[in-house]
Amino acid sequence: MNQADTAWMLISTALVLLMTPALAFFYGGLVRSKNALNTMMMSFVSLGVVGMVWAVIGYSLAFAPGNDWIGDASRLFLKGVGLEGVGPAGDQIPHYLYMCYQGTFAIITAALISGAIVERMRFSAYAIFITLWSIVVYSPIAHWVWGGGWLSKMGALDFAGGTVVHVNAGVAALVAAWVLGPRRDYRSTGLLPHNIPFALLGAGVLWFGWFGFNAGSAVAANGIAALAFTATMLAPTATLVVWMLLDIARTGKPTAVGTATAIVVGLVAITPAAGFVGPMSALLLGGLAAFPSYFGLLWRASTSFDDSLDVVAAHGLGGTVGALLTGVFAQKALNGVADGALFGNPGQVLIQGTAVLAAIVYSGVLSFVLLKLVGLVVPLRADRDDESVGMDVSQHGEEAYVHAEGSAAQV
Amino acid sequence: MQSVKSIVRPDKVDDVKEALAKIGVSGMTVTEVRGHGKQKGHTAVYRGKEYQVTLLPKMQIETVVPDDIVEAAVQAIITAARTGEIGDGRVFVAPVTRSYKIRTGEREGM
Repeated sequence: MNQADTAWMLISTALVLLMTPALAFFYGGLVRSKNALNTMMMSFVSLGVVGMVWAVIGYSLAFAPGNDWIGDASRLFLKGVGLEGVGPAGDQIPHYLYMCYQGTFAIITAALISGAIVERMRFSAYAIFITLWSIVVYSPIAHWVWGGGWLSKMGALDFAGGTVVHVNAGVAALVAAWVLGPRRDYRSTGLLPHNIPFALLGAGVLWFGWFGFNAGSAVAANGIAALAFTATMLAPTATLVVWMLLDIARTGKPTAVGTATAIVVGLVAITPAAGFVGPMSALLLGGLAAFPSYFGLLWRASTSFDDSLDVVAAHGLGGTVGALLTGVFAQKALNGVADGALFGNPGQVLIQGTAVLAAIVYSGVLSFVLLKLVGLVVPLRADRDDESVGMDVSQHGEEAYVHAEGSAAQV
Repeated sequence: MQSVKSIVRPDKVDDVKEALAKIGVSGMTVTEVRGHGKQKGHTAVYRGKEYQVTLLPKMQIETVVPDDIVEAAVQAIITAARTGEIGDGRVFVAPVTRSYKIRTGEREGM
């Protein structure tokens, strides 16, 4: 057992867990005040339901030996998961810790989807959906890439989850927004963010937590972790600057919501590449990643497609661009794993593209089937009145901001 | 000149604004308010205690219009803000003796 690795992974696990509450703030600030709690609860409930099923079922399906497609049942209920050392380099960190670390990824991936369907999806339907989704969609894809499945055998590079987490969640978000349909007042009312400082706070804490997400994905306290850390620090800096310049070029003003979004896009894009690319490549990758997401988001907003908080533009597009550019900027001299197109191995881009395509098809089809199945049991949409009065009161019986002294009497 | 004050459901403000604009009402003041008429509130539970929330969020829209379009304005508001359920709100009309435009000092009314 390696004590330095164990210490770093203990910290990384806590860092990644913090990303889900951070996401709650990021999303929560971007919706109207009558839906603030419901939106934040969509992230928080994932800490509960997905975290729980991860230990019982998900971890086994993702990380037990199994075959090329899915893990077997040998780790159900964490059977055989104990204090013994595991890790890519052998006996490194306790198996318990590795399971927890991976669990924090499953939790946030499911929570990411919520941004597409806020302000209208029935809370119970959402909770059931993400629980099933984490088992049926997330675990198998995690197995393909990290559990010794077919994509890892094919040589697909995904350091910390560009495909497994972001493309996967982005596609599920696209399907969910399409199946649910737009908010009833979409395009008739100004759907303004109620607390942009929350969105900035969320983006900032996400960046902080992302150091655990990316540098922790080295599963070691070593040079590769530092390489991934550097990329995680640098890529979003370039995305932020490019995004701001695009904002200024388009409207004359750099926006705060744009800045918060840019940080997330930069982090998403560097995720698959973090441990494979040098610092200048990270800057380039982060800067390039701003363009598709920026214009994708603008285009989306002009359509009737209500991906409310632009999960597809930020995570779907950002994740795809990051995955493909990993195949361009990867450097064997740094990581000893593979070179990208820029270093004489153009075939890597094709492998990256295959991995992205596989995630799009699998997540797209299965997310659709799951939503339809859940819809048979619980209506996916909230009632018209519930949506109009606000999801906080209708789904939770609470209000985010209780003002007006004397508006409530104890029963 | 009459003041037309309406208290409507928060999600009806845009519809009311649009309906008023159609009959030529150009200015208005909108305030977030809380209140209740016949509408019952909802029950909330905080820290184990149950509360009846009786004052509900509404929006108050105030505008001052010439006498000849008062009826049209009232009808426009009623049509735009109505759902047919309890809690649709009220419209109040009251006379305004005069008004001044601050930028120019220009006086309207008697």
